[in-house]
Amino acid sequence: MPRLLFSFAALLLAATSCVPVKEYQKNRLNDSEMSLSNRKVEKNEANFQSYREGSSGANGGKTGGGCGCN
Amino acid sequence: MKKICLTVIGLYLLLLHAFSQTAPADSAGFKSRKLKLDEINFVSSYYTQNGDHSAIQGGIGSEHVTDLANGLDLRFVGYDHLLRKNTLTAGFGLDHHTAASQAWVSKTGASKTGGTRIYPSVEWERENEKKGTRFAIGASYSSEYNYHSLGFQTNLGLKTKQNGEFGVKLSAYIDRVRLIRPSEFNTEDTITNTTGGTTTYTTASGRTVTLSSGSTYVSSGETSIPSSPRNTYTASFSFNQIINKRLQGALLFDLVAQNGYLGLPFHRVYFKDGVDSVENLPSSRFKLPVGMRLNYFLGDRVVLRSYYRFYIDDWGIRSHTASLEVPVKITPFFSVSPFYRYYTQTASKYFAPYESHTESQTYYTSNYALAAFSSQYFGAGLRLSPPDGILRSHLTTLELRYGHYTQTTDLVSDVVSLNITFK
Repeated sequence: MPRLLFSFAALLLAATSCVPVKEYQKNRLNDSEMSLSNRKVEKNEANFQSYREGSSGANGGKTGGGCGCN
Repeated sequence: MKKICLTVIGLYLLLLHAFSQTAPADSAGFKSRKLKLDEINFVSSYYTQNGDHSAIQGGIGSEHVTDLANGLDLRFVGYDHLLRKNTLTAGFGLDHHTAASQAWVSKTGASKTGGTRIYPSVEWERENEKKGTRFAIGASYSSEYNYHSLGFQTNLGLKTKQNGEFGVKLSAYIDRVRLIRPSEFNTEDTITNTTGGTTTYTTASGRTVTLSSGSTYVSSGETSIPSSPRNTYTASFSFNQIINKRLQGALLFDLVAQNGYLGLPFHRVYFKDGVDSVENLPSSRFKLPVGMRLNYFLGDRVVLRSYYRFYIDDWGIRSHTASLEVPVKITPFFSVSPFYRYYTQTASKYFAPYESHTESQTYYTSNYALAAFSSQYFGAGLRLSPPDGILRSHLTTLELRYGHYTQTTDLVSDVVSLNITFK
């Protein structure tokens, strides 16, 4: 838990020290590999993991329900 | 399997037919227009696993599983007269699995080992690109032999002036679990109402029947199998932020509440004295996963995609997940992406292995998904996405990914996935 709080604090610190980025400067950020979500090809992997592991969620995907998994 | 292959071929022909009708792209840009087919995504995966801790046999026995999962999404995009972008996504999924352990729902190992699941879905989204807002609603359905689910969701998004975006997603799954129990517990129900009036009885298989005076109820195979509700309510919150020209991150936070029948009725538990029963778990569960992503573009060819999640629930499970994927751009449109994921969890307070529980316990399970273990998952993906399409066709993206998964419970699995996108 302390590590988690430390990580959040670090991310918040980074977020508050954000540099303004103009639209024309976002060529790298808009690259498909930089997407802040799971790839489409990972969709079924996430489902398999939710069947085999006790936890799920916080990944933009399933959190439980909808199938015979946990 | 034949049916699945024919379905996939049928979907592919449908897809070719759809694009044969497509007009050239509209170069006018932001112009009011009706919904038009914009993208088709097809994802197919083959999964296989082996292990020796089957929940159906109380924590022992083969866990061999194969699963072929196929999903097709059609995305239609249009703009209304206020220049708001409307997106309609219709999806259809079809999975077929075989599971060696499923045979042992019957004490003699004679139950069928295969099953099929279908899951259609639809989502409508309206995005105001000028205001930076979006709103979506959706519904989904899933059906397999022992499980049916109806899902609803709504999604809100708001962009900030500082290159950030807040997102809220609310979802509800209204599910029903068919109470198929191990065969040794399927005693035949025969009830005769010997009272003077109409009386309601609960049968040995859990069914409720109302009998008038003097009448008799006899169960008749599958029609007498009752089902039980399982509901899942989720509130998901996200915040995405561009930090600089090369770095962006996301915070993800879910609140999940479940109630109803949360175990599976064919999972056995063997007590210390050798007597077996069906797993018994609480009728409610609260989950709290918190995650973050950080993606960094290193130089001109390498991307670092990192993810961390902390999870806790009121069944006693605490877990950490960390993953790193490193896409390397061989050319601007072809990348190779090795990845590694590490996962560790503590056991649920209701878990114990084969013949370890005592009958005095209220809740008990020998399902190893709720045991203490750690796992490693590694592999690589290939992604080809040229701007003019592959061989100048409508096929714009092709992704292939393989992963190998090992658990400290000795469960081993492999999965290979294919994603193709047509525009």
